[in-house]
Amino acid sequence: MGVSKHSFILEWSEPTMGAPLQNSHPPAIVLQDVSRSFNHRTIINNVSLTVQQGELFGLLGPSGSGKTTLIKLMTGIDRTDSGTAHMFGVTLPKLEMLHRFGYMAQSDALYMELSGRQNMAFFGKLYGLKRAALQQRMEEAAGLVDLTDHLNKPVGAYSGGMKRRLSLAIALMHRPSLLVLDEPTVGIDPVLRRSIWQELKQLTEQGTTIIVTTHVMDEAEKCDRLGLIREGRFIAVDSPANLLAQTGCSSIEEAFIALGTRMEGGAVS
Amino acid sequence: MKIGALALRIIQQFVRDRRTLALLFVAPLFVLTLMKLVFDGQNVAPDIGVVELPSTVTEQLTSADADLDTYTSIDNAMADLRGGKLDAVLAFQDGKPSLTLEGSDPTMNKAVLLLIQNTLRNQVNRDATPVVTYLHGTANMASFDSFGPVLIGFFSFFFVFLLAGVSFLRERTSGTLERLLATPIRRHEIVAGYLAGFGLFALLQATLIAAYSVKVLDMYMVGSIGYMLLINLLLALTALTLGTLLSSFASTEFQIIQFIPIVIVPQAFFSGLFNLEAMNPWLQKLSHIMPLYYGADAMRGIMIRGEGWGDWSVDVYVLLGFSALFALLNVLALRKHRRL
Repeated sequence: MGVSKHSFILEWSEPTMGAPLQNSHPPAIVLQDVSRSFNHRTIINNVSLTVQQGELFGLLGPSGSGKTTLIKLMTGIDRTDSGTAHMFGVTLPKLEMLHRFGYMAQSDALYMELSGRQNMAFFGKLYGLKRAALQQRMEEAAGLVDLTDHLNKPVGAYSGGMKRRLSLAIALMHRPSLLVLDEPTVGIDPVLRRSIWQELKQLTEQGTTIIVTTHVMDEAEKCDRLGLIREGRFIAVDSPANLLAQTGCSSIEEAFIALGTRMEGGAVS
Repeated sequence: MKIGALALRIIQQFVRDRRTLALLFVAPLFVLTLMKLVFDGQNVAPDIGVVELPSTVTEQLTSADADLDTYTSIDNAMADLRGGKLDAVLAFQDGKPSLTLEGSDPTMNKAVLLLIQNTLRNQVNRDATPVVTYLHGTANMASFDSFGPVLIGFFSFFFVFLLAGVSFLRERTSGTLERLLATPIRRHEIVAGYLAGFGLFALLQATLIAAYSVKVLDMYMVGSIGYMLLINLLLALTALTLGTLLSSFASTEFQIIQFIPIVIVPQAFFSGLFNLEAMNPWLQKLSHIMPLYYGADAMRGIMIRGEGWGDWSVDVYVLLGFSALFALLNVLALRKHRRL
């Protein structure tokens, strides 16, 4: 499909405008019976999932449960062993679709010797941003995460929270229609964490789809829907309220544990 | 107790890391074997072209283990000397012996001189010491002048290899490669970007090394410094592509270091620091798979013999071929991280 390099950059506020396929609102992500294993160990086991546009979807699960692998399959960075993955109606993996999402990795993938500005400029250019547009987006994204005053410092001198914020700013810079954030708020203080979540909410209101992994339970409650993942499969996918109602628990944490025990007992298909 | 615990941990780590273990035990044996092969091979028999020599002299030279080629005209002999087929030409002109040495390799010069002097000393005409001339170089060219060009190539290769290997590895271990591959950059663009970025430093390094060795170390140099730069740069390019390629197969900086005895040291042996003619002929062929051999050959030609493009253009093509091959393999190796 003709997803050109430039059209999607303009469709920030109207992400569906240039979307491919006959359906004017294809889901942001569709996974069908997806499996992936490494060295004969199954990491993702026959997972299906649909994330609608504009949704704030949370992936919740213990470390080693397959969250990061699932994210890589959703975005076409990695290839599925079996099953299919679609992003905005386009079959993955596809190089052009790497333009459509912003990615914040779990580790702060930054160049420590370079300044914040140099890091941003480097990644911005990889997304085809140039000169004036690049400058403008850099200022904009840096302002969003409150880093404007620190852009000229080398990243090696940043605190842990500042590095996370810079990573987030880089993911936002090219105004992607899908944001994929792997543990975005680790090491960020509560005040800033709240303002980041407000910002994420606002982005979804403008039509951006956000997929976020977390194991902070109070963050999980802020998501529209949650996928609880364990040992490479979903033990439940529903809104936080429904999950609480279904399990009769008072917190997501308890619900997660309750659902986990049920799975072990074989009650959940 | 604490010391014991620490020692145990280190032992456990070693046992887990089989490659480091192999390096510790196998690599020294490997290098020693190479040295034995290089130094303890067959005797070097100089190739001497002889023109109108008394038969007694010819017989003596043959019995002293020299490979003699008889020529009828001095011009033909000199042509073969220039072409590298001969190490020396011995002729009798007006009853006096005259010796012309190829001159690039001081070790070979000495071998020939010794042989000829011993032979002529036994002759009736005792005071017939030959008039010695050199095709390349001079009588007082030191050994360093001879293998200097090889060393220049070796060191630019070595350091670029290490630097490129480690920094590409860093890209992987710091997570930035993964981040990079989540952007729409193509795999070949990553490899090309590395080539361009490092290429600049390789060029600077090549310039510095060439200028230093010629101007400061005052090494023997009769060729063009531009050609020298070209060869040095090509060697650095090969080292760069090989370093980044091999870093895909290392998971720590230390494992990059482990490639030195495997990849770098053998090249030093086969690149002409030592005379390969002393080596078993089938082993000599190994040099043809080593980039440094081609670089060293061209560097020597340029610096000592003042050769032009036509004499070493093959070396240039081979080095370019190596670089292209390694870069291509690197693009393929990146598939491990992202299939696109």
